[in-house]
This record gives sequence, C-alpha cells and structure tokens, in this order.
Amino acid sequence: MLARIFPHPVLTAGLIVIWLLLVNHIKVGSLVMAAILGTAIPLLTQAYWPERPRIRSLSALAGYAALVVWDIILANIIVARIILFRPNDLIRSAWITVPLDLRTPEAITLLAATITLTPGTVTADMSACGRALLIHSLHAPDPDAVRDGIKSRYEARLKRIFE
Amino acid sequence: MIAELVISMLLVIGGVFGLIGSIGLLKLRQPMQRLHAPTKATTVGVGAVLLASIIYAATVLDDPSWQEVLIVVFLFITSPITANFLSKAHLHRTIPADSLPPTGTDSPWATLDTEEAAGARDADHRAP
Repeated sequence: MLARIFPHPVLTAGLIVIWLLLVNHIKVGSLVMAAILGTAIPLLTQAYWPERPRIRSLSALAGYAALVVWDIILANIIVARIILFRPNDLIRSAWITVPLDLRTPEAITLLAATITLTPGTVTADMSACGRALLIHSLHAPDPDAVRDGIKSRYEARLKRIFE
Repeated sequence: MIAELVISMLLVIGGVFGLIGSIGLLKLRQPMQRLHAPTKATTVGVGAVLLASIIYAATVLDDPSWQEVLIVVFLFITSPITANFLSKAHLHRTIPADSLPPTGTDSPWATLDTEEAAGARDADHRAP
C-alpha cells in the first residue's frame, strides 16, 4: 500500500529537498507544496521507471558523494597542471575499456557520471550489451592502472551500495 | 573580515580554474582531449564561485541562501550527459572503429552498433 503511494521514496525525498531549496525558505506553505510535488511526480512518472533501485545504505551513498567531491578537487589540480605545464607531445591520451561488474542501470549511470566528473577521464560509450564502458583518459601513461583504480575506488563502493 | 578574505580567495580560485579550462580548450590538439578541459576544470571553478556566493549571502548580506546547492546538483547531473553526447557524436563522425579498444564482450560499442555495422558483421559471418 505504502509502496503504491510512494513508488520511489528516495525520489520523493529528493523532490521535497529540491523544492525547499528552490523556494529558499522553510514555511508550512512551501512544505505542503513540496509534499504534493514529492507525491505526485513519482506517481506520474513511475510508468517510465518501473524498477525500483534498492539502496542498501544511505550513509554509504553519502560517503561515496564526499569521496567523489574530494577526488574532483584533487584531480582538477592534476588536470590543471597537465594543461599548463605539460607540452602537447608528452600528453599520453588513451582509450580505456572498463569491464563492468555492476548490473543495476542506476549504479552504472552513477559510475559513468563519476568517471566524467573526475577530471582526466570521460565516459565516451558503452558496449551494446551494457557490460563495458569506453573511457577516454587525457593523460594515462599506464591505462591498466586507471582501469584498476576506477574498479577498486568507485565500482566496488557502488556495488556495495546498490547490489 | 575573515569572511571577506575567504570569499575573495574562492572567487580567485574559481576564476583561475575557469581560465585554465579555457586555456586547455585552446592548447590541446585532439577533440577528445579538448573535451576534458572545459567540462572538468570548470567543476571546481563553478563550485568555488557558488560557495563564495553562499558565504557572501550568509555573512555579508545576513540572508542565508541555499539555492546555489541546486545549481551544483543540476550541473553535476547534466555535465556528464553533455560530455557523453559530445563524445558519442565525435565517435560516430570521425573516429575509425578499429582505433578503439575491444569491448571485451561479444557486442560492439553501442555508438557503432548501427544497422549497417550489424549487416557487415552478418556478411562477415556468412563469407567463409
């Protein structure tokens, strides 16, 4: 019953937070509006999102977000140094194939977005069967190390959170 | 005073990273390399400016504002999609399929999995 009214509880919570951030203050009126939107939008859109991703641990997800933000800052500095101080001839760009152990579409989306957001790597494509990601790395003298880093640092954590 | 110091430092950091992203766009040679500069160096650049805006509203204006958090969230949701579309378009138009690494699975990369490619694969299978 509860699952029928709230097909995506996390989406509902997210919409309420987003609405409160949009109106930029917390009053009873905006809370009611947030609750209406948080209930109506998941109900109207559930036909397009039938599977419900299971999130095993919200705290692990928050920890993952913090890790990604920290990595974004560190890697930005690395990329800035490559752009400013490394001659073009010495930049070793490479295509990298990352085989996926993840099967949940939401988790793969998060992994692909993480790879693109952390500077130096862009997710370019996915294999037609969804079991491998194609990544372009700006400067990767050792492509295998980049692949292993992504698998152990991000994919292993996402697997614990979603699967 | 301290708040103003922090705000100006964040603004300078944001400006520097935005500038570096643009320099990278000019300096790097291959399109895939150039994709790295603006989509990335700007995540910290924009983040620092928005953080400065939050601190400014909370201290100098004395009117706390959290809308900036939303800008960061939407930026983080949308910028990987933009980068993905750009690189897929680039893969489709200019990158020869044999310059890409193998997928390690039975199927090809999704962008190259067109009807013509499937037809050519079938022809290959039938050829011997």
